[in-house]
Amino acid sequence: MVDDVWYLSLGAALFTVGAFGLLVRRNPLVMFMCVELMLNAVNLTFVTFARSLDDIGGQVVVFFVLVVAAAEVVVGLGIIVAILRRRPGATADDVATLRG
Amino acid sequence: MDEVVFAVAATVSLAGAIGVVAARNPVHSALMLVMTLFGVAVLFVALDAHFLAAVQVIVYAGAIVVLFLFVIMLLGVDRAENLRTEPLAGQRPAAGVVAVLTVALLALLAVRGAQVSLGARSTTGPAEGGFDNVRALAEALFTDYVFAFEATSALLVIGVVGAVLMARPPPAEIDPGEEVGADGR
Repeated sequence: MVDDVWYLSLGAALFTVGAFGLLVRRNPLVMFMCVELMLNAVNLTFVTFARSLDDIGGQVVVFFVLVVAAAEVVVGLGIIVAILRRRPGATADDVATLRG
Repeated sequence: MDEVVFAVAATVSLAGAIGVVAARNPVHSALMLVMTLFGVAVLFVALDAHFLAAVQVIVYAGAIVVLFLFVIMLLGVDRAENLRTEPLAGQRPAAGVVAVLTVALLALLAVRGAQVSLGARSTTGPAEGGFDNVRALAEALFTDYVFAFEATSALLVIGVVGAVLMARPPPAEIDPGEEVGADGR
């Protein structure tokens, strides 16, 4: 049985890579994927604690995170499609002003 | 055996994560994301979360990434972005510094926290239990968390309605002739 520290450290590394990508990349789709990476890192941490504390609640939280992530992707991709249809090739920096 | 599984899955998921950030082409980023998600699913199995591993593969790798690829294909944004221009001076070096500090802090917390700040163990019994994981998860979901579960269904409906509203062109842009033609036949 692998020690929990390894899982938690991997979760930390995945989260950091996702956060770094979110700060560095400019394409809104890739930034979105980086958010998914961060969510997955947190899910891994929750499942690790669910095992180490013998509490199924950690896995329930991961279930809800999955559902919310699915809804978030649907709405977020809708926004991205609406923006990029109006302004092809726009990056995240080009839509800094939230005007119609 | 467990150590080998963890080492392989961790390597795959970390390599995929770095690939998501490093790939110039968004399509490659999406495929690297699938790699990471599969690695995390294997780790879920290793942590006795069988149901979540299945959901991870079906929902994330099966649905969400396909949605990403659809949007990439639909919009034709599969070209490399220009990383030369830096809208905020010094953002990228600062991001690197913040990343190093964050991973150091979180790793430190993981090492220390495993002994110190975990809280109490559950008194209701083990979360693992082989193939009873689905049963245990369902029992928790439909008893203790049933209101949150119901709220989730409302969230999904709202999400679908919102996506349809946003993906539609505004009413003025719909060509009236097209609608008449579709109805007339």
